[in-house]
Formats: sequence, structure tokens, C-alpha cells
Amino acid sequence: MISINQRAVTSEGKILSNRKIGAYHHIIIEIEGIAEGAKPGNFIAISVGGVESNMPLRRIFAIYRSKAQSKYGSIVEIIVAESGKGSAWLTRQIEGSTLYITGPLGTSFPIPADPINVAIIGGGYGAAPLFDLAETLKNKGCRVDALIGAATSAKIFAPLEGKRTVNSITITTEDGSAGKKGRITDVLEDLLKENQIELIYSCGPMGMLKAVHEIAERLSIAHQISVEESMACGIGICMTCVLPIRGDDGIVRMLRSCIDGPVIDGEKLIWSEGIPPETLGRHL
Amino acid sequence: MSFDYSTSIAGSVFSNPIFTASGCAASGRELAQFFSLKELGAIVTKSIMLKARSGRDTPRMAETPSGMLNSIGLQGPGIDKFIEEDLSWLISSGAKVVVSIAGESVDEYGALARRLRGIKGISAIEVNISCPNVENRGQVFACHPASARAVIESVRINLGGEYPIIAKLSPDVTDITLIAEEVINAGADGLALINTLLGMVINPKTLKPHLGGKTGGLSGPAIRPVAVRTIFQVHAKFPKIPILGMGGVSSGSDALELIAAGASAVSIGTASFGDPYATIKIGKELQELLISHNFPSLADAVGIAHER
Repeated sequence: MISINQRAVTSEGKILSNRKIGAYHHIIIEIEGIAEGAKPGNFIAISVGGVESNMPLRRIFAIYRSKAQSKYGSIVEIIVAESGKGSAWLTRQIEGSTLYITGPLGTSFPIPADPINVAIIGGGYGAAPLFDLAETLKNKGCRVDALIGAATSAKIFAPLEGKRTVNSITITTEDGSAGKKGRITDVLEDLLKENQIELIYSCGPMGMLKAVHEIAERLSIAHQISVEESMACGIGICMTCVLPIRGDDGIVRMLRSCIDGPVIDGEKLIWSEGIPPETLGRHL
Repeated sequence: MSFDYSTSIAGSVFSNPIFTASGCAASGRELAQFFSLKELGAIVTKSIMLKARSGRDTPRMAETPSGMLNSIGLQGPGIDKFIEEDLSWLISSGAKVVVSIAGESVDEYGALARRLRGIKGISAIEVNISCPNVENRGQVFACHPASARAVIESVRINLGGEYPIIAKLSPDVTDITLIAEEVINAGADGLALINTLLGMVINPKTLKPHLGGKTGGLSGPAIRPVAVRTIFQVHAKFPKIPILGMGGVSSGSDALELIAAGASAVSIGTASFGDPYATIKIGKELQELLISHNFPSLADAVGIAHER
């Protein structure tokens, strides 16, 4: 077992900007102590609904970008998709609103020691944490090819700054409203082969991660995934966000995706539905 | 004269009445990232079973108005690994520890109690006979007077009087005072009131139960009036039995309600999911409220609603 992110703090932040980008909201938050320890792949947990909220649980967002010393002070940026009452409340918060946030939380994307060819693959707003990662990888001398997919163009998250960071970007939409018509997996194999990709980072819904993993496994390419499991606390105390993961000792355990994830080695996750029979302590 | 915030449960003394709720603080290590566990009255550990257990299928959580359903299913490493890794760490951290145990049979509860004998640093044992997230609802010992009694007797005999026994009861019964009477007669030194209420959420799109385990335990502010009522009823009938109160407490004022109903200490559960510092904030607020009510000590406020 690994422990909670040792850099996590709980603090009060202020919204500097809240802008609609396609189907999403890009929210910039000024907050002390989170950007200072954040790494690409980490997430934050935000209280929603204000003081008299009837929503007791935190909402979880991958950090899109963070900067400890910007001209606005220490900032954290997130991309919010309205999916329920909590995220809808967040998208309605105006400039100057206060937010209570815990972070940075969870694991971060491991960075290769050598300058290799990597692909970043994002489904919908899952692309958000991958561009900061791309910048880190570029600084290491890696070649970075991006593949971003969604149902429709409004749900493609590919900011201009992000596009400049990567060597190439391929976009797919299921309705053909942007880029190539189809799914990420329709073009993935060719992209991996053409660019001699040695490592894949992907973030998005579980169905997409699974489809990407099948291709990665077949081509023997290492695959780091970032999962979007639903969480109640984000700090490892509720045990709701568990996934079956094989440890270095070979034993499969139900591990918390907020502590042992959200970034997980794709080879260690057991991809079958439900709790696998070999899981430690599986109760029949 | 300075205000006395300490509390005691069957001989075990705690510096303040704010505890974590079992299953809402894992084994303490995660919250220690945010504050010293010594600031709490006690950490109540997640109910531990004899063997490792993977728990129920996901999804395990659904937020509900002012509450949540959970369906964890007592996931845990098993008693041996718990003692070796979690409990030893927790005791060495200087925290006061209440160990919560859950078994599938009367004998298993006895075996768990035996394994805990002779460990220095345990303040009390919480016997969770009311977890709603078990495959067979018949296993909810706290729903049947005879089985509730049998479990507590087994724990008492196997503990050999080393630690106070706190029996955790379910509000999902017709008359909780009858169950309370059985466990008190069987040797429980205190009661933990209340466990979650059994609930269900159906996804309006798929029209299937949302939780992997179909049903789950309802917690959070939505259940607080049930906790207050239950504590009030039990304290009225057994005023000398200490109660560890819990159920939707998210402020000092909420905690004071439970204290006034008859709780000697208050556990914080779901509120910690929303704020890692919930226990600390609630503890400070409660102390300020007690002082503003001119109580010389916490003990003077316990059960005060019965006198007014």
C-alpha cells in the first residue's frame, strides 16, 4: 500500500476566471499550497454547494495546469464537464467566489528517464491533464503525439497552447464534426506504429481506456492510464473508488484509485468486469 | 474554573468527545496528513474481520439529498495484518484507539476479541453487529435480540474484561431499546448509536439499482434526526449506559443535539468525506457552544434534554 499524497493540503481558494470552452468550463483558481506540490496526473477535491449545501461529498477534478508563481499568485486550473448537480453548481460560480479544496491528491504520471516516443490519448475532458504532462515530456526530449477523441466537436478539449506543445495532434469525433469521423481506436494503431510509440498515457472513460489497452497490449507498448472512478472523499477514507490491481507481489487487491491512482500502470489493472475471482478476500 | 471537555466510556477516559466513525477514517493514517490524531478523542477504526475481505462490487457510493449511500461490504486486510500494520502504527502515533470488529458468526466475533487481548493502547472495542452491507441480511445480528446477545456474550468471555465493550446497533428495528437491553444484559459497557440505515437508489436512466451491492447504508445529515431520537429513547431507558452517538453530525450544533439527547461522545463520519478537518472544526464548535451554555463540563450536558 502506498500512502496519501504527502503534499496534500486543504485550503480556501478564489475563482480568478470561469470561461466556457465548448461543452466544458475552464476554471482558474487562486489557491496557496496546491500548485507548489502538484505533478501532472494529480487531482483536487472540491466542496460544492456552499455553506448550506445538501451535497456532502467532494467533487474530484484532474488538474489541467498549475503554477506556483504566476502573476496572479499560486494557481490551479481545471476543466469541468457538467454531469450532475455538484459540477453544475461549480460551473455557475463567478469570478471572486470562494472554493474549499484539498490537493494535490493521488499518483502522478511516471516520467521516463530517456527521451522516448510517447503518445497522449484523451477522451473528452480526460484530455485535460495530458497537456501539462506533454510539456514535461517535451522538456525531457520526448517526441509527443496526441490523439484526442469525443462524441462531438464541442466535447473535444484541445487548447491552442496544448497543441503547440505536442509534435502532432489527431482528433476524432463520432459524429464527424471535427477531425476524423470515428473513435480513437480507429486511428490509434496506425498512429502508434507510424511514430514508433514506446509509451502511452491515456485518460478518459473506462470503456475507452480498455479499448486503448487492448491495442497497447497487443503491440507490447507500456500503457499508463488515469482513471475517473467516482469518489466520495478523494483522501482514502471512504473505500468507494476501488479497482482490482495486481501488486508487485502478484496478489490482486481492491485498491483505492484516490491513493494508488488515479494514474495506474495498465498492466497491473485487472480489466474484467466486477471483482476478479483471484482477488484477495473475495467473498462468494 | 476551566471547562472540562473530557469524557469517559466505561472507565476509558478521552481528552474530548469527538471521535471518528468506524469506516469513515480508514485506519487513521490518511487523516494524519491533515492534523495530529492526538487532537481527537479517539480514532474508531474501520470494522475489521477475521480474514481479508475484498468487499462489494462497484459502484459503492451514491450521493443523496444531504446524505449518501455506501456499499463497501467491510473491505479490509483481516485481523492479523490489521494488528501488524495499521493498529501498531495507530498506537505508536499516540492516538486513542477504539478497535471496531465485525464477524460472520458468533464464534468469529469471539475469535476477533481473543486476537485483540494483551495489546497495549486499545481504549475500547466497538462490536459492529449492525453493518447493513452484508450479503445476507440475516447476518445483521443487531436486528435480532437473541443473536445480538450471543455476539456480545462471546466477545465478553473472549476479551476477559480487558477493554470496555461498545455494541454498535442498527436503527432498522422496531424498538431499539429491546436490543439495547439484550446487549447490556450480555455485558456491553456502552452503546454506539446509530449505524447507517438501509437504503437504495435506482438509476432513472437504466432503471437498475445504482449500487453494485444493490442496497447500501444511508448516512449524512439526512439521518441525524433518527440518531437524536434513538439516543434519546435509549438514554431515557438506560441513563447509566454511556452512548457513543453518531449520525449525520457536521457541526458543533449537531453534535450538541446528540450530547443533549444522551451521548457521552460523538463520532464524525460522512462529514470527514466532505472536509478532512471536519472532526477538528466540530470539536472546536462544540466546546464553544457548551461554554456559551454555561456548562462547567461536557459531562454536565450529557442527556440534558431529558431534564428540560
